[in-house]
Amino acid sequence: MISWYVAQASSYAPDVDRLILLVGLIVGAFFLAAEFVLVWLIFKFRARPGVRARYITGEKTSEMKWVSYPHYLVLLFDIVIVAAALRVWSDVKIDLPPGEEQVRIVAQQWAWTFVHAGPDGRLDTADDIRTVNALNLQVNRLYHYELHSKDVLHGFSVPAFRLKQDAVPGRAIVGWFRPTVTGEFDIQCAEICGIGHGLMPARVHIRSAEAQAAWMATAPRMPPLPFVTPAAAATAGHQRAHR
Amino acid sequence: MSGAAQPVHRDAGFIRTYLWSTDHKVIAMQYLFTGMLMALIGGFAVYVFRMQLAFPGESVPLFGRVSAGQYNALVTMHGTIMIFWVAMPVLLAAFGNFLIPLMLGCDDMVFPKVNRLSYQIFLLSAVVLVASFFVPGGAFGGAWTAYPPLSANATYNLTQHGATLWVVAVALEFVAFLLGGINFVTTAMNSRAPGMRMFDVPIVVWMIVIASILFMASVGPLIAGAVMLVFDQLLGTGFYDPGTGGDPILWQHLFWFFGHPEVYVVLLPAMGIVAEVIPVFSRKKLFGYRTIVYTAVATGVISFFVWAHHQFVAGIDPRMASLFTITTLIISVPIAEMVFCYIATLYGGSITLSTPMLWALAFVAEFLLGGVTGIFLGAAGADIYLHDTYFVLAHFHYTFFPIAIIGAFAGITFWFPKMFGRMMDERLGKIHFWVTIVAFNVIFIPLFLTGAAGDHRRIFDYSGFPDLATPGLQSLRITATMGLVALLAIQPVFVVNFIRSMVRGPIAEANPWRANTLEWSAASPPPHGNFAELPEVYRGPYEYSPEDRDEDFWPQHVPDVSPAEAAGIGGVR
Repeated sequence: MISWYVAQASSYAPDVDRLILLVGLIVGAFFLAAEFVLVWLIFKFRARPGVRARYITGEKTSEMKWVSYPHYLVLLFDIVIVAAALRVWSDVKIDLPPGEEQVRIVAQQWAWTFVHAGPDGRLDTADDIRTVNALNLQVNRLYHYELHSKDVLHGFSVPAFRLKQDAVPGRAIVGWFRPTVTGEFDIQCAEICGIGHGLMPARVHIRSAEAQAAWMATAPRMPPLPFVTPAAAATAGHQRAHR
Repeated sequence: MSGAAQPVHRDAGFIRTYLWSTDHKVIAMQYLFTGMLMALIGGFAVYVFRMQLAFPGESVPLFGRVSAGQYNALVTMHGTIMIFWVAMPVLLAAFGNFLIPLMLGCDDMVFPKVNRLSYQIFLLSAVVLVASFFVPGGAFGGAWTAYPPLSANATYNLTQHGATLWVVAVALEFVAFLLGGINFVTTAMNSRAPGMRMFDVPIVVWMIVIASILFMASVGPLIAGAVMLVFDQLLGTGFYDPGTGGDPILWQHLFWFFGHPEVYVVLLPAMGIVAEVIPVFSRKKLFGYRTIVYTAVATGVISFFVWAHHQFVAGIDPRMASLFTITTLIISVPIAEMVFCYIATLYGGSITLSTPMLWALAFVAEFLLGGVTGIFLGAAGADIYLHDTYFVLAHFHYTFFPIAIIGAFAGITFWFPKMFGRMMDERLGKIHFWVTIVAFNVIFIPLFLTGAAGDHRRIFDYSGFPDLATPGLQSLRITATMGLVALLAIQPVFVVNFIRSMVRGPIAEANPWRANTLEWSAASPPPHGNFAELPEVYRGPYEYSPEDRDEDFWPQHVPDVSPAEAAGIGGVR
């Protein structure tokens, strides 16, 4: 359902969409059935002259089955949904497949700084490329991101990746994504961060290997900033490197 | 019995009667009217920020241009006011105060002066909150969840005084409801009419008592959290500041440990109101009374183990999310069973669609959508995408609008004759009902769609996001705003109906709906002290259409006698 609106641009986007579809089908069927029964009962048992209501306590087993059967069904569907949801969750958030490249993401009031590894594929070397509000990725390459915040909470959200993760000051949160299509998509801040919360748009640019190499060759090298150098990042503390 | 002697009736004067009263009914009305006034402020706030979303940068009629800071403050205040100063006082305090002594057949709350103090502290908290609009820097704009470090540090939130007043107001409000909760629980335990066993207590009283216990058990950690937040703001401590050894996520745990039970604190009273209305207008015994009580208790207990589903992507250990996914989905089981019982009550009934019944049925119909959409968000894998989008917002409003608005209207229209001794106008009531319900769906169905398309929350202008600034999404945003304008525009019909009926409506008899519970055995409106003679209870509250009686109802206070004799003396004693 989600892909009607937003492109699927990461390896796990189709999984998230399938999960949302599964939940939608199950709860949608339940919802429609319940609404149908509700409306049918209201119509069927409308007050009519001379017809008296029946006396039913709902305490007998023979009566309770009308609510207990649907209620076992709810439990059964809950188990199906939990299983499906945790599989997707585990893929996206718990497992950390081996990365081919690292990218550092630093949120602040009200901008994103992205530190790319540069041609040598390693962070914290002289050829790092730092950009503001533009994340540059190569298609079909598995990235580990390292998410920081300089001040308040921010939420790193890339709808086309189906990825969302809050940035917490004092922590370096590690996760992964693998872009699967070339193109340009929105990056949002999904956690309210002050009066500029609506003014934190950024874009992710996903390019083929050749185009990415060409971009690296021409991208201006900016002088490293204190916060985004390894020393400062270490002070901030690599707590919670989730694995 | 509440031990207190029958109050001496004397002419007490306006202030003693209406402003300084210890009468539970007057305190209920104080809470009701304060809640309704606060709803006007909360409603105006949403009007302004929804207009900004539909027509970004345009001057909003009655307000003017909306700045980003004002937008955040309005969003924050809308959420805070509607939950803490509308839903809580109306559902829990107003109905709790009005109904508990009347439905239990006693003359007042056990601690009338504590009750009066509760409202006074509540009023003070409302004044503090409203005052925060007028301090330098304006009202707090860090969302109703007030996550630090944004809320803890004025250099980040730019509302030094507003942020502190917000925390102080919320903390005061909690004190008020703690005092109220003590009264509700104690009164229900000690002051039931002779003969009334726990399973003869009407469901709405059960629900309010369970809700009060949930509130009292969950609010402690948040009050501690609020004190730490004020210290961070004013004294420069670092409870939530990672730079000085604190942790911002701590607040989220404290907030949601309270915040999720809080959903059930307001849901259960609304479910209780609906459980009173449906049997009366379908002339049916409530289906599975004990099941409903047990599911309410189960819901309350489980609600303490789901809080971190608000924090799946907040930086908690992702393995913890697995646990909370399971607890969150399990809570759907008792709630679904409760709703099934309500629907099953209709089976074999004789249903009349008067205004209170329309509201009660609409509650069930709309809350179903709120309930099932919660499953998307409780399923951790799906929440990665939907978290902090308008899908969450639409889900939340499909639960809270039925609770705070539909449930409250069901209760007000149902007990209006008892509150004021006059009937409301059915025609105006139905016009108000239908326009409100249609408008409500016109607001929030489009917002499910914009959320699915990626609209994230608390953004005052989407023009910076090329994927979101599309004509299609904008027309959905405009549709939602038009729905809101229609919703607000119809509310004066209710206000007119309310005030006109209060003054000039047809005089209501003691039991206009032919209902069973004890409040209908008192005069309409009940005098100070409630009952001319304190009632005794002979049976449960939902004996409608019993097979061996001519009447299709059998009030709780009517003694057990043979059907023939009962027909002779039945009805209002």
